[in-house]
Amino acid sequence: MDKKVVSGYLKNITAIMVVYAIVFYLIQIKVINNYYNGILILAGIYIIVAASLNLATGYLGQLALGHAGFMAIGAYTAALFAIAVDLPKYVELVAGLILGGLMAGIFGLIIGIPALRLRGDYLGIVTLGFGEIIRIALLNLPFTGGAAGLKGIPRYVNFTEIYFLVVVVIAFLFAFIRSRHGRAILSIKEDEIAAESVGIPTTFYKVYGFVVSAFIAGVGGGALGFYQRILDPKKFNFMFSVEFFIIVVLGGMGSITGTIIAALALAFINEFLYSIDELRLVFYALTLIILMIFKPDGLLGRKEFSLIKLLNRFSKKTKIENAD
Amino acid sequence: MSLLKTEHIGMTFGGLKAVSDFSIEIKENELVGLIGPNGAGKTTIFNMLTGVYAPTEGKVLLGETVVNGKKPYQIVNLGLGRTFQNIRLFKGLTVLDNIKIAFHKDMSYTTLSAVFRGKKFWKEEKEIEIKARELLGLFNMEADAGALSSNLPYGKQRKLEICRALATNPKLLLLDEPAAGMNPQETKELMETIAFIREKFKVSILLIEHDMSLVMGICERIVVIDYGRMIAAGTPAEIKSNEKVIGAYLGQ
Ligand SMILES: Nc1ncnc2c1ncn2[C@@H]1O[C@H](COP(=O)(O)OP(=O)(O)O)[C@@H](O)[C@H]1O
Ligand SMILES: [Mg+2]
Repeated sequence: MDKKVVSGYLKNITAIMVVYAIVFYLIQIKVINNYYNGILILAGIYIIVAASLNLATGYLGQLALGHAGFMAIGAYTAALFAIAVDLPKYVELVAGLILGGLMAGIFGLIIGIPALRLRGDYLGIVTLGFGEIIRIALLNLPFTGGAAGLKGIPRYVNFTEIYFLVVVVIAFLFAFIRSRHGRAILSIKEDEIAAESVGIPTTFYKVYGFVVSAFIAGVGGGALGFYQRILDPKKFNFMFSVEFFIIVVLGGMGSITGTIIAALALAFINEFLYSIDELRLVFYALTLIILMIFKPDGLLGRKEFSLIKLLNRFSKKTKIENAD
Repeated sequence: MSLLKTEHIGMTFGGLKAVSDFSIEIKENELVGLIGPNGAGKTTIFNMLTGVYAPTEGKVLLGETVVNGKKPYQIVNLGLGRTFQNIRLFKGLTVLDNIKIAFHKDMSYTTLSAVFRGKKFWKEEKEIEIKARELLGLFNMEADAGALSSNLPYGKQRKLEICRALATNPKLLLLDEPAAGMNPQETKELMETIAFIREKFKVSILLIEHDMSLVMGICERIVVIDYGRMIAAGTPAEIKSNEKVIGAYLGQ
């Protein structure tokens, strides 16, 4: 069994490095130009935040409508830290992202404890209000640059950094979900009363899952600041939270790979629809309606897409054909 | 020594007194039936025992511990397992995962160990994988381990829910109308399963049943409630000839 695990790890690491090498090469030879490179980086940030929302909503089953707020907290914390200190690039980057995540996690705890102790969808309302409060606070606090935005953030995030940050976040989420802690979280979404009746401390796991989700959203926000070099409170509005929600619903509640695919798709579609903002909303509404009619569980439902399994299936098929 | 003891517990919902002055004691390796017409307050009693509701009156003792006000998961840790009148499985999860979730409290590896796939993670996960499959094997369900629990036939869903409750290693098992919705064949199998559980797991069982004939066969002791009050208690023979009981059942 251990051998199988190790070979699984090796396959995954190989796949991750191969994809990285290919995309990196395409960027180097300008097949992927600066414009598309930028979209890819944004897509990476979308993946991180949407995956974190999937943990709270898809796996834990709690309606969370303020992830842009957690992102904003992470973004401003990380940026202000990096502006204030003078350390080597990667120290500032890693410490900034972790600080941003921690700060978002603390806010997650503060709103999660009262809202999640109750059964029902209180969290949806609370997080919605929370997102708006954060945005308004950022506009008015003395150290955030207000409406003019926070400028002078160092650019620490490029394709390489975001790629490996996505890898770390996704690997973390997979490992977390496929453990006793992840099963506890899944059981709460399935049936909270039954979960409690077999010994799951449901309040603890609801708050824990939500705080982890907020932490990761904060990290994603931090990365956004380190890429854009400027932060504008207006960016972190309700529509931004809704975009992540749409990604989660599109990809499938409870499918991380579904989230990755949907985030990539939406990042590109978003860019093309950018010039016609009203059309963007119409497009979102239409996709959701079409999805609800034809594929209410999202692209992948709760399944996970696996390149390795796909390849194995192909090789098995050919083997059987050879045997014939 | 008694496993469970309640002292004059009662439950009021707003103005409605669902249960009043209910006292019962259950000892080791007993099979006790709790019967009464629909709406008599049987499920409410289970909910008070398991911490879903905090009794508005009286005391619930598990062994020496007063459990009033404790959360359901804490009461599970003290050795009380249950099933529900309307089956509550983790429908979207596999049969095996349903059981594994109930072994949660037997594991102690941290999030860090989970994320870095440490030694303790592998050791404990392997242990519960084996234990969960063994448990399913005892109920002839090992072949269903990978199936989605909602895809099981009804009788097996009931069995899985009992199996899941047993995974929490209870000293006392509460079964809420386990035969509800079953056909005669399934009911017969269920009775055999309950007898087997007593033998194998050495648990006491408190069994709610709406249908009187069913409990008469297997319980040593039966408690009857009507309108939230205990109206009779005794052996099946005593209950059968009790006039109040006959009245309560005829009256419905
Ligand atoms: N959460 C609740 N809120 C209000 N009334 C309740 C609640 N739970 C049960 N009841 C009432 O308590 C009475 C007993 O119900 P229950 O214990 O479910 O009966 P049984 O299980 O014997 O059929 C019923 O009249 C029911 O409507
Ligand atoms: Mg009932």
